Amino acid sequence: MTPELALISALNGISYGLLLFMLASGLTLIFSMMGVLNFAHASFYMLGAYFGYQIAKWIGFWPALVVAPLLAGALGALVERFGLRRVHKWGHVPELLFTFGLSFIIVELVQVIWGRPPVPNDLPPELQGHLFTIYTTTFPISRGFIMLVAVLMMVALWLVLTRTRIGLVIQAALTHPDQVEALGHNVRRVFMLVFGGGCALAGLAGVIGGVVFVTEPSMAAVAGAIIFVVIVVGGMGSLAGAFVASILIGVIQTFGLALDYSLAGILRGIGVEVTPSTFGYAVWKLTIAQVAPVLPFLLLVLILIVRPRGLMGTREG
Amino acid sequence: MNDGSLSYRPINLGRWIIWGGTLVLFIVLPLIFKQGFARTLLAQMGILIIFALSYNMLLGQTGMLSFGHAVYSGLGAYFAIHTLNLIGAHQVVFPVSLVPLVGAVFGMVFGVVFGYPTTQKSGTPFAMITLGIGELVFACSLMFPGFFGGEGGISGNRTVGGNFLGIKGLNFGPDVQVYYLIAFWCFVSMIAMYAWTQTPLGRIANAVRDNPERVEFIGYNTQRVRWLVLILSSFFAGLAGGLSAINFEIVTAENVSALRSGGVLLAAFIGGMLFFFGPIVGAVVFSFFAIALSDITKAWQLYLGAFFVLLVMYAPGGLSSLILMNLRVMSFGKMKRLRDPYLGVALAGLTLLVGVVLLIELTYHLTLEAGGASTITMFGFPLDAHGRETWTFVIAMLAGGGLAFEYMRRRFKQEWDAIHVEIEDWARENPEQA
Repeated sequence: MTPELALISALNGISYGLLLFMLASGLTLIFSMMGVLNFAHASFYMLGAYFGYQIAKWIGFWPALVVAPLLAGALGALVERFGLRRVHKWGHVPELLFTFGLSFIIVELVQVIWGRPPVPNDLPPELQGHLFTIYTTTFPISRGFIMLVAVLMMVALWLVLTRTRIGLVIQAALTHPDQVEALGHNVRRVFMLVFGGGCALAGLAGVIGGVVFVTEPSMAAVAGAIIFVVIVVGGMGSLAGAFVASILIGVIQTFGLALDYSLAGILRGIGVEVTPSTFGYAVWKLTIAQVAPVLPFLLLVLILIVRPRGLMGTREG
Repeated sequence: MNDGSLSYRPINLGRWIIWGGTLVLFIVLPLIFKQGFARTLLAQMGILIIFALSYNMLLGQTGMLSFGHAVYSGLGAYFAIHTLNLIGAHQVVFPVSLVPLVGAVFGMVFGVVFGYPTTQKSGTPFAMITLGIGELVFACSLMFPGFFGGEGGISGNRTVGGNFLGIKGLNFGPDVQVYYLIAFWCFVSMIAMYAWTQTPLGRIANAVRDNPERVEFIGYNTQRVRWLVLILSSFFAGLAGGLSAINFEIVTAENVSALRSGGVLLAAFIGGMLFFFGPIVGAVVFSFFAIALSDITKAWQLYLGAFFVLLVMYAPGGLSSLILMNLRVMSFGKMKRLRDPYLGVALAGLTLLVGVVLLIELTYHLTLEAGGASTITMFGFPLDAHGRETWTFVIAMLAGGGLAFEYMRRRFKQEWDAIHVEIEDWARENPEQA
């Protein structure tokens, strides 16, 4: 691996990881506060992408960058108010099932409205082209834009959580919801705000992810599985853990795709004969690039065996 | 029970009647429904019943919400189809009628392997780990085309075993013979899984579901219990997978996908996980959605999802709990009072449903066939998808149906709640009869 490839892979990995964090942060906040694993979180990411596409067609990309996440957030708040709150009294499994059913409905509705094939969701002219060149490889502006938005979002989230009144109430409600309610705060409304806010963050990630990657109905399922891995690996309910795990998984996946080594190659390198007739050749010949899609899930299983509470989690299960 | 001791006879008259009736039903059904379509439906229902019941061993009996149960049925199906192909190549000698057992055994083996790390946790973390394992196996299915057959899957031939017990013509080629094979395994597994709920392991699994902490205190290892249940459950899931391999004669990566895992979860939940027969009801309803409705509309998954969410919100016990609650009202002779509210809800609900269906189908038509014919036939009427009158009608149905439904729903709920309060009060006053 040349330094050029390593550098560009690292940059791509970090930008992908930051996008994952935009998704995972909302999911983690919702989970640690309400105990609800929002299965439909990635569906709001997809909704953000489609809303962004539609609104950009009407009034342009930059207004859409603001309006689409707000729409996704409002939709999330409505879901919490009229759906989740009703199911809440039956416990966590029905809540999880509710969001599971919701993810089903959202992906189908998207197909009803926008169809099954990907929609032509192109980058706005300002984000086309490349930011800088490393040796001979260019780094696109769009990737840099992901990083910029994600970092801005992180700073804003941190400021809101630590420097504002509502942020302090949210933090208190994370651990002692009854106490906060007894002090006269409307915890239910805080829940609704957090849920809506988390969905808005997912929507924001969706608007950007939609133009940089592909906007299609399967994007929710793909992103959904990965962000679950992120929050388990990072430690359920830990924002810092979610950040570390997002970057880790982003980098692993990007580097994995760039590496063309296989076990067979390594064995041959140290002088062991490996031919198609060797036992288990199907495993030996796999290159890391082929294994890349599985790596996050392998990491998940590994973490669960070695460190069940996740990288930075404080509680188990 | 009046003398204070428990009497328990597992094999009693009531059970003879229920299981005997089920057996007769299994035998008679394909004789009543002779069309190929109905028999396909019946065969798939049988497979899904086994799968949904095995899933309910986890969710309903032990409280483990799994998002990756298709891993066990799918891997079982792969091993079954490879066995079928080995029989065809004369490399092994094995009766085709027992091939489902091969699927079951391999499902169980994977239950032992994957079950160990997954059952370390319970509740939400368990759900997420199963999701991860499911994705892992699905991703692997594209990495090892030799075993999984890549995109095209592995196909086989179920008639390779020749004649069953030497009976001429009985080679599982015709649909009806496969149906009876499935019905046999379905009936056997139903009995086995029901019997399991009555064993000490079945009872302690219920306890693990209800109060794991207390189970730990009386000296059981809850993680061990979950693992054992998962192993047994994956055995039956693998059996269902083996049967589906024989039924379809092809196994693709879709068999281990998250879609399949989600499907069995929907089936079990729709039927209801509180009662043993719930998933059976659910499997029947789900098969109707998946096979009959999918022939009519491309948006069937949307209807299924909406139906599921409505059940989660208003009847978390599923259809079986709805049935039993209505039976209870009936047994108290109070059904008369519910007749009018039921009628109102049904009429308003139907209006709303027609509006919603029209909205979805017309929108879908516009999306899918943009530029194509603008007229579609719905409920026997030709409708112009671009016409102003059509949309006025749809909006009127939606608004009118919605308002009427909300009004009727409240009226129904009032009466329903009142009746149940009366029943509860009566039960409290007459504890010896309740």
